Amino acid sequence: MTVGSKHERAIIVNGAPVATCAATLNDLVVELGLQNARIATARNGDFVPARVRGSTPLSEGDSIEVVSPRHGG
Amino acid sequence: MNAIDPQATPDRALTLYGTPIASRLLLGTAQYPSPHVLARAVEASRAGIVTVSLRREQARGRTGERFLQLIEELGVRVLPNTAGCRTAKEAITTAQMAREVFDTDWVKLEVIGNDDTLQPDVFGLVEAAEALTNDGFKVLPYTTEDLSVAERLVRVGCEVLMPWGSPIGSGRGLANTYALQSLRAYFPETPLIVDAGIGAPSHAAQAMELGLDAVLINTAVAKAGDPVGMASAFATAIEAGRAAFEAGLMGERDMAVPSTPVAGTPFFDLASRTAKPRHGE
Repeated sequence: MTVGSKHERAIIVNGAPVATCAATLNDLVVELGLQNARIATARNGDFVPARVRGSTPLSEGDSIEVVSPRHGG
Repeated sequence: MNAIDPQATPDRALTLYGTPIASRLLLGTAQYPSPHVLARAVEASRAGIVTVSLRREQARGRTGERFLQLIEELGVRVLPNTAGCRTAKEAITTAQMAREVFDTDWVKLEVIGNDDTLQPDVFGLVEAAEALTNDGFKVLPYTTEDLSVAERLVRVGCEVLMPWGSPIGSGRGLANTYALQSLRAYFPETPLIVDAGIGAPSHAAQAMELGLDAVLINTAVAKAGDPVGMASAFATAIEAGRAAFEAGLMGERDMAVPSTPVAGTPFFDLASRTAKPRHGE
């Protein structure tokens, strides 16, 4: 990733700032190494099903949640 | 002869959204000292349903993967929660994510209104319950004991209610038995699961004796000195409480009533009843 690249976007992933060249949510999942993990995603508060991550573009300032199973009460 | 003819016993199994559940104990999976203890506690509890959650991904998915594998090996139904959500919108999105990850349309719906009490935000709860029910979810709402809220939840499509006993993690038991009894009387056909506040097997037995259908426990087992032993104790208490409810408890009385027959009491004569009490009486 080149700083200042015209494709680079500043987004938020799980509450932390991230600079990414990913064009879609699916690209981001791959970039994070999670393509084979049991995860679910949301963009700007809305659920994004796995099947439409590839057609979900990322925009500057997007807030992405990536969650996985955990213990709970 | 003590034998009970199973054919003569009506089917009293717990049924949630048309699905028979073998146990009246639902167990949370959080706060155990280790995954091994969690697994053994689930087995000892004989629970048919365990609650799970979604959290922000860590360690490239391995944390979630390991946990999911552990749960899947236990062969129990998972009930994802929306713990920590503070708005209907957050809860709806979390439920949708949970449906995809856990492959279930069941959700324990929590919308939290207050940090100190973890009291449900009942307004957000009804809003989220309606949206999720319309989206095909089977919603098990964590609610208060409030009758009007319960009525709203049932009206928007909830077929199960999960009233709190007392605040989550407090271990204070059933804070308002009168209201829980009212709920039971008001919703005779709706499964009622006491969720939150159960601290001891006696609390769980009490809930069952009141005719509530099931109990969800987490902290009381996970934080016990021996979680596996406590899971087993809860299972026994819940079975005993349910059996007591089915057997029919005696009515309370204001005054003492002798259990041994009065007729034929040795040394009985009316004069001694009015005399000054003897030593030892």
